[in-house]
Amino acid sequence: MHELFSINWPGMDWLHPSLLLILGSLLIPVFRGAVQQVYRLTLAAAFMVAVFSTVPGVYASFQFLGMDMMMGRADQLSLVFAYVFAIMAMIGTIYALHVKDNVQHMAGFIYAGSAVGVTFAGDLLTLYVFWELMLLSSVWLIWRNRNPISFASGFRYLLVHAVSGVLLLAGIVLYYSQTGSLAFERIDVEGAAFWLILVGFMVNAAVPPLHAWLTDAYPEATVTGAVFLSAFTTKTAVYTLMRGFPETEVLIWMGAVMTIWGVTYAVLANNIRRLLAYHIVSQVGYMVAGIGLGTAMALNGSAAHAFAHILYKALLFMGAGAIIYMTGRAKLTQLGGLYRYMPLTFIFYMIAAFSISAFPLTSGFVSKTMILEAYAENQMAIIWLMLSLASAGTFLSVGLKLPWFAFMGKDSGLRTKEAPTNMLVAMGIAAFFCIYIGIRPEWLYQFLPFQPVEYNAYTMGHLLWELQLLLFVGLIFFLLLKYVGPKEKITIDTDWIYRKAAPRAVGFVHQHGTAAWHAFLAGLRWPLDRIVDAASRHHGPQGTLARTWPTGSMVLWVAVLLAASLLIYYL
Amino acid sequence: MIVKFLDMLVRHGTLLKWATLAFMAVLVIVDLILPSAYDRFAWESWGGFGAFFGIVASLILIALAKGLGFGLVYRSEDYYDDELEGREMSGDPRDEDERNEMLNKEDENNA
Repeated sequence: MHELFSINWPGMDWLHPSLLLILGSLLIPVFRGAVQQVYRLTLAAAFMVAVFSTVPGVYASFQFLGMDMMMGRADQLSLVFAYVFAIMAMIGTIYALHVKDNVQHMAGFIYAGSAVGVTFAGDLLTLYVFWELMLLSSVWLIWRNRNPISFASGFRYLLVHAVSGVLLLAGIVLYYSQTGSLAFERIDVEGAAFWLILVGFMVNAAVPPLHAWLTDAYPEATVTGAVFLSAFTTKTAVYTLMRGFPETEVLIWMGAVMTIWGVTYAVLANNIRRLLAYHIVSQVGYMVAGIGLGTAMALNGSAAHAFAHILYKALLFMGAGAIIYMTGRAKLTQLGGLYRYMPLTFIFYMIAAFSISAFPLTSGFVSKTMILEAYAENQMAIIWLMLSLASAGTFLSVGLKLPWFAFMGKDSGLRTKEAPTNMLVAMGIAAFFCIYIGIRPEWLYQFLPFQPVEYNAYTMGHLLWELQLLLFVGLIFFLLLKYVGPKEKITIDTDWIYRKAAPRAVGFVHQHGTAAWHAFLAGLRWPLDRIVDAASRHHGPQGTLARTWPTGSMVLWVAVLLAASLLIYYL
Repeated sequence: MIVKFLDMLVRHGTLLKWATLAFMAVLVIVDLILPSAYDRFAWESWGGFGAFFGIVASLILIALAKGLGFGLVYRSEDYYDDELEGREMSGDPRDEDERNEMLNKEDENNA
């Protein structure tokens, strides 16, 4: 891509796209109205140019406190992620063009810039700085929904990631002390450093049981913020896992469990964005599984799937966001019959739904089947079956349940208008990519890390398998329509541990701990009380020694003393 | 125009249904007739296994999810509401909206 327009920036060999975007975003509050809209579009466009003109190589290396830092390591692996992040920043900007909230716009840009900063980071310290910057900016996309639920949810998001950030930093410090190097390559050490960094990455990749922050926070984000959120955090984690932990066996099983965990919970979801959030978990599971396998085809498949996934998942969130924006409702039980009033949103949503379900001629088909093919080539039947099971579940929830109960089905009486033009344009761009990649997969394959890509998704075997699988899932859906409908319920997930169990445990410890402490203090006081009692018996107001004596008796006793001394004197 | 097209599809729902079912039948038949392209797993040579797997997979998932839901994880919608007690946000967000609207109006007037 960089061959098309490589730019010689004056005075430097490379302009860091993240610095451009992050510093540029600070100027957003200066402008207002239409001027600001133009400025935001220009900034996103400049960011795209900066990313796409990056020539593979090593840039911005310097020494910091005796450590080798490298802010710009551009190779095939980092570039494929940077490309899709840049496209996504542009789509997200267009989608949020009408929003009048400077905080959100700045947060979105800093977030996107930091995500690209992570992909270009050649050392772990730079990576960590951008990693935390992503967290600090993205949480505002949740908080700016401005209601108590989002506020609490954002704090949980912040706390979970703060903990994982500390684990990651501890891992980096240990790694540095063991290897003497901060270069971010394959993490090839034994012991705590390996696991700490892995867990730090896995929290961001939403690997169960550390995934609940995602399905907790994303449904509570702003309409436009959720589109940004769906793209960057989990996929930067996929990138870092791919760079640091390819062929890590635990990731194979984690990935397979993720895919099924996500689709199972999605069947139960009622909130449309929560349903989609569970499908982020599920889809990232395919990528994690591919990374765990670690063959060239599996890694290519994971990278391709990340690329395709960012675009169709953003489109799904844009479609769901348009529904919420226009109707103010997010629950499937309160929606229905919207296709007549939001036909374009419906069509764009369905393109994304077919893509995530891996229908032929869409982007999911040419990326997901690559991971499955890698497992087939290695004859790993159980994982292959688990991933295929999740494929069926993906179509069941995203391709059938959500659109049926939101756009078709029972008319909910909502008479809404189509979404604003800028939202539709953003959705249209994403929909174009979903289909374009499906029709011309070689466009995507040329960016993949391991070249040449010798994989053809469109074989008779794949087509027959995939179409049969999906269409017969559809058959079961319509046969069991009564049973698969949404319920007016919420589901608890592993976040129950820190939302219910931990507060209860703290309450229990507090209550019983206080009682025990009081009893302990009373026990300590018992001998003391005895002494005090005895003293007050003798010296207290009623004590023997405190009794008052009349002055008359004093005189008498003095007289007695004097008489006695007189008597002794005469003797 | 798009609405008319979609409405037409909905009106011809029955036709669409039968066409899809016919297409599915053709798929299975073709899969049974054509020699299988792959032989890495045993089931890849069984014709129509995709259809069978699709049915079984959806049944397993629905059963698994509903079992999990009713057995363990379903809660009423106000289950977490006690989290919000005493966490009302300071200031009313609507004030800010009004202020923004005023600013925007000023912008429009200036323009």
